[in-house]
Amino acid sequence: MVYLLFLAPIVAGFVALVATWQPAVAWLGTASSAVVLVLGVGFAVRVESSGPVGGGVLRVDALSAFMVIVIGAVSLLATVRSVSYLTEEVASGHSTRRHAALYSTLVQGFIAAMLLAVAANNLGVLWVAIEATTVVTTFLVGHHRTPAALEASWKYIIICSVGIAVAFLGTAVLYLAGVHAGVANPLDFTSLAAHAATLNAPVVRLAFTLLVLGYGTKAGLVPLFSWLPDAHGQAPAPVSALMSGVLLSVALSAILRLRVIAVGALGPSFPRVLLLTIGVATLLVAASMLLAQRDLKRLLAYSTMEHMGIMTVAAGVGGPLALSGVLLHILGHGLVKGVLFLDAGEVLRLEGTTRIEALRGLLSRRPAVGALLALGLAGLLGLPPFSIFVSELTMLRAEAGAGLWWVAAIVLVVLAVILAAILAHARTMLFGPSETATTSPVSLSAPLGLALGAAVWLGIVAWPLAHLITLAAKVVA
Amino acid sequence: MTTFANALASAAVVVTVAAVVVLWRRRLRSILVALSIQGVALAALATLLGAHEHDGGLLAVALLVLLVKALLIPGLLARVIAATPGARETDPLVNVPASLVIAGLLTLVAFVAARPIVALVGGPTGRLVPLGLATVLIGFFVMVARRRALSQIAGLLLVDNGIALVAFLVTSGVPVIVELGSSLDVLFGVVVLRLLLARLTAAGVRDLDQLRSLHD
Repeated sequence: MVYLLFLAPIVAGFVALVATWQPAVAWLGTASSAVVLVLGVGFAVRVESSGPVGGGVLRVDALSAFMVIVIGAVSLLATVRSVSYLTEEVASGHSTRRHAALYSTLVQGFIAAMLLAVAANNLGVLWVAIEATTVVTTFLVGHHRTPAALEASWKYIIICSVGIAVAFLGTAVLYLAGVHAGVANPLDFTSLAAHAATLNAPVVRLAFTLLVLGYGTKAGLVPLFSWLPDAHGQAPAPVSALMSGVLLSVALSAILRLRVIAVGALGPSFPRVLLLTIGVATLLVAASMLLAQRDLKRLLAYSTMEHMGIMTVAAGVGGPLALSGVLLHILGHGLVKGVLFLDAGEVLRLEGTTRIEALRGLLSRRPAVGALLALGLAGLLGLPPFSIFVSELTMLRAEAGAGLWWVAAIVLVVLAVILAAILAHARTMLFGPSETATTSPVSLSAPLGLALGAAVWLGIVAWPLAHLITLAAKVVA
Repeated sequence: MTTFANALASAAVVVTVAAVVVLWRRRLRSILVALSIQGVALAALATLLGAHEHDGGLLAVALLVLLVKALLIPGLLARVIAATPGARETDPLVNVPASLVIAGLLTLVAFVAARPIVALVGGPTGRLVPLGLATVLIGFFVMVARRRALSQIAGLLLVDNGIALVAFLVTSGVPVIVELGSSLDVLFGVVVLRLLLARLTAAGVRDLDQLRSLHD
């Protein structure tokens, strides 16, 4: 039953590989994302009524179902945009049909690998899935084949390979702890979590540290984050949207699951200190890079680091309230950041640059693109009524409620600094003297506007996801 | 000490010494030979463990390790060297004597960090775990202290081999399917890196030194 998840991306990817590329092939990719989204909803309904689906290596619980919905929603957005992106690339001669076909196949492979990662109930399968995302996305990052794009993909694969190697070491060490405690399936998330109290504490401490550092590399956390701004800056816009919107959250959701085992074996204090330290450090790095940022796509990349930092801090605090905040944040951030990266791609296409200084007066010169940028940034900064406002408030309340006032205070101060920094950059880009007004095709604006609408809807009513988020938060609280 | 314990220790020592050789030698060909020898030593270690525990799966993994790490990957990289004229030597950012001192310090760190694992596993396998961690740390150091693209790949392979050594020692190999997946992933990774190098060459970039365009 769980295998159904992979069917659509595999078929769409295979067709793209063997057929001559044409827009219909890219539309098939969009259809595949829609199927994933529908399946995510289907699994959610099933899990809400009768508990987790599957067992053994692949298992869909509330958290998996929620992540499948996130993957489906953001990839729907990104693949809709991929159609016009590829059509233009081919028409303008920037890409051959073969490159476009390769791109379509790799995007579907990327989506399939992320689905495998969120449905994995086995540490080994999780590792293979996350490693597969790296191998697949390397070529997507370098799709333009310019020296800068290739530099970004080189950095990306080297740094992420180091991270993933560290995660493998952590997996082996955790397996060792499981074997010595006599756990029946020592690579199984559910078995390890059930027998966590019997695991050897010093060994689990080492394993959890290695796993957080390793998967943290893919989630854009300190210390191995330097691939992130380069890869996001150079990748085609739909790929940046997918990476920022979902890939990083998929890696974070793996850390959430591992935290359950660590808390069971070590008590709450060690995982809390580790995640709080890494989260706050990530926030500080992101804030310092946002202050003097000169490029829109890199600005968005560092803002993703900021949001990963906020979520890591809240995960460190733990508890159902903090974790439901984290999950709502994953979806809200995925939608808004997806919109912003796609809009930045449109800016790059129209203006030929994403340098903030060069984009003055965007709102009057290109109203549609400018308005989407303005609304997206408002959503990103957590202004009401966007859902990021609700999720940030939830996480801050959880931090204060757990008696960690100083944590909430640090997060608030950093958020205020980032708000000021991004508003200043936004003013530069959006306002200024105008020359000519041009309009963007509705085909682009409509899906992006819909996604922003969904983020607002989520912030105000949260229906129909509230129950699923509560269930999913319980899985990892 | 039994013959088994001695043989196991010898294989593990060869893995770590090969890592030091990668740091020490400047000729890229010698580095490939060292990596290949490291692959052979890893395969030998897996064979010893498999024979000792009568584990057929582990023997299969040993064969796979021999194929991938001792033959395929060094072979692929040798063709990269042959295709890049003028790239015969590494370009150390940290000179060789200082690098070797740092390798010594990293080995000490590995012995300290591995203490919980040694305490839990014990026996002839457990006390060799620090050698695996030392290989991992030396691999990280090679990646930051050597400039050529091929040196970075070599560093990554050292990290990977060190981790494989730890995995074999602590658990007699994680389950075969995971080991299989990881070996194939490493092979995939090297193929990807090699393709990327070819594209860099096609885009007119000779080596990583020229890759300085992305920064804040």
